[in-house]
Amino acid sequence: MSRIEQVLQTLKGQGRKALIPYITAGDPHPDRTVELMHTLVSAGADIIELGVPFSDPMADGPVIAQACERALSHGTSLRQVIAMVKEFRKTDNETPVVLMGYLNPMEAMGYEAFADAAADAGVDGILTVDLPPEEAEDVAPLFSARNLDPIFLLAPTTTDDRISAISEHSSGYVYYVSFKGVTGAAKINVEEVAEKVGHIHALTALPVGVGFGIRDAETAAAVGRVSDGVIVGSVLVDTIARNQADTDQLKRALTDLLHPMREALDSLAS
Amino acid sequence: MSVKLTKEMLSALPDNRGHFGVFGGRFVSETLMDSLMTLEREYLRLKEDPDFQAAFDKDLAHYVGRPSPLYFAERLTRETGGAQIWLKREDLNHTGAHKVNNTIGQALLAAFLGKKRIIAETGAGQHGVATATVCARLGLECHVFMGAEDVQRQALNVYRMKLLGAQVHAVESGTRTLKDAMNDAMRDWVSNVDDTFYIIGTVAGPHPYPLLVRDFQAVIGRETRQQSLDQAGKLPDALVACVGGGSNAIGMFYPFLTDESVELYGVEAGGLGIESGQHAAPLCAGRPGVLHGNRTYLMEDENGQIAGTHSVSAGLDYPGVGPEHSWLKDVGRANYVSVTDEEALDGFRTLTRVEGIMPALESSHAVAYALKLAAGMDKDQMVVINVSGRGDKDIHTIAQLDGIEI
Ligand SMILES: Cc1ncc(COP(=O)(O)O)c(C=O)c1O
Repeated sequence: MSRIEQVLQTLKGQGRKALIPYITAGDPHPDRTVELMHTLVSAGADIIELGVPFSDPMADGPVIAQACERALSHGTSLRQVIAMVKEFRKTDNETPVVLMGYLNPMEAMGYEAFADAAADAGVDGILTVDLPPEEAEDVAPLFSARNLDPIFLLAPTTTDDRISAISEHSSGYVYYVSFKGVTGAAKINVEEVAEKVGHIHALTALPVGVGFGIRDAETAAAVGRVSDGVIVGSVLVDTIARNQADTDQLKRALTDLLHPMREALDSLAS
Repeated sequence: MSVKLTKEMLSALPDNRGHFGVFGGRFVSETLMDSLMTLEREYLRLKEDPDFQAAFDKDLAHYVGRPSPLYFAERLTRETGGAQIWLKREDLNHTGAHKVNNTIGQALLAAFLGKKRIIAETGAGQHGVATATVCARLGLECHVFMGAEDVQRQALNVYRMKLLGAQVHAVESGTRTLKDAMNDAMRDWVSNVDDTFYIIGTVAGPHPYPLLVRDFQAVIGRETRQQSLDQAGKLPDALVACVGGGSNAIGMFYPFLTDESVELYGVEAGGLGIESGQHAAPLCAGRPGVLHGNRTYLMEDENGQIAGTHSVSAGLDYPGVGPEHSWLKDVGRANYVSVTDEEALDGFRTLTRVEGIMPALESSHAVAYALKLAAGMDKDQMVVINVSGRGDKDIHTIAQLDGIEI
């Protein structure tokens, strides 16, 4: 069983929901990412989605797009991101890490080399925004063979046939994109999400994480009520952007943001 | 060295997932998959629908003004002293470039799909103008995304789009050119996918765009083939077209792919020279990767980050290229070459002075290469240049280079 499956199963046994924060690796500076990852864990993260910066993040709104630009201005590469995970693993062997990004940096590194290095560093899952399962037929098996969970996206526009097919290609969890839009847009409709996620649950046994539009304890709880976990991205990245000058203040701000979400999610238990 | 392509080989391309060999495909976020699959299904149906084709042909004839002439450039031929030089006059189309062939076709598709809101990306502004034009005609809401740098260097086209009723969004992210405009268009599409049709301006993007844009532009090559037979009594020996995303080139090449005797030359933007790294020539100097929904030759760094590009011509200033060109390169059917900014400017001046035809700076790349090519060919041979657009939009750029204020 993969580390992701283990964590999600344990949470399920406790009647709890996963809190899955996203930050962009290398933002505000590559030297600080590992430290921030530990901060996320202390503040209640169950799984970390670590963004691999890309020059053309087409599915992201301005907040994460600018985080990519900041990370790339310091030359953050995919190899470096993998090294950050290796560093993180020196003191944290429990928290699963999912690399989230776009395909081209992996293609440039070479899929086999990438999968080897990621597995060796202790990465647990790979989520590639612009890689639908149809194009992943050669790549996904390389991941699975190394115990890296391929995690695919589901969207409000995904038909039932595709939900089933995509779930079959996925392991760990599936990521439901809560609305039609880019990251950071504020248009989540909890009722619609509840309906679609209920539907997804009927079509797959995999846990369903919901991302896009979760920005506070209230939205986290509302979405947590109907899903297996919530992914929180832009609001964290925005906090990083606004507090980048002072690391201690930044860590406090991230904690202040995540902690209430953790509590709100845990208050759903039992 | 070219391989023999057969009709059968070509009819299997792209495959049902949009692949041209290892190139092409559909690399987009899940939200867009359903729309792309619907578009593909509807397009494949309409492609065989005589009413749709008749509507397309009628618009091309009466609105665009097709067929565009195939013109024998007699004086240019004499001055060059080699093969006969002929010009396919896409610059004479309504709105001044080949781009309108495609926007007419895609606007018809949008109408069949019942979409009322149109978005487009543009580099030189020609595709933006062509999109704004068909939207004005059909009463559709039109949003054009354009890199902030291009908004500056193509001010004339920006104003044309505004006059036509389009909203022009200046894109400040990334390198502020065509690739960033395409990113923002994709972001808009994902956010408004229910009511919005994305009219992509070249043979790039996710499947089925490279297929349908090629089909709409192939009228260029079909006409050229027939006109060559009618006016010169034979097929050309070489075709030359500039390559940005590659739509005017593929439109010209496609109907000739099985004509083994016809050499194909796609001319990329060599910018300040390939050695300088300041260019936009992915086929000449890039490597395969994935961007904007397809796998193709790209300009990128060793970490897979897309590289900045440079060209004097905004319409060629793009780090990728249509996937079918990548395939044609790898199978050896087409030759991909480059000319520098300076050579393109010389091409512009030569065609302007010798034939009284002012080509777009994009097209000037094809002119510049064709003049070199023709000079080394026999007098009884025939070269056709695709003059993809007219140069009015570039007068400011040229004047500026000449140090003249207008
Ligand atoms: C006149 C003209 N030619 C060529 C191009 C390049 O596009 P493509 O390579 O798709 O023909 C442009 C793009 O703006 C253009 O305006």
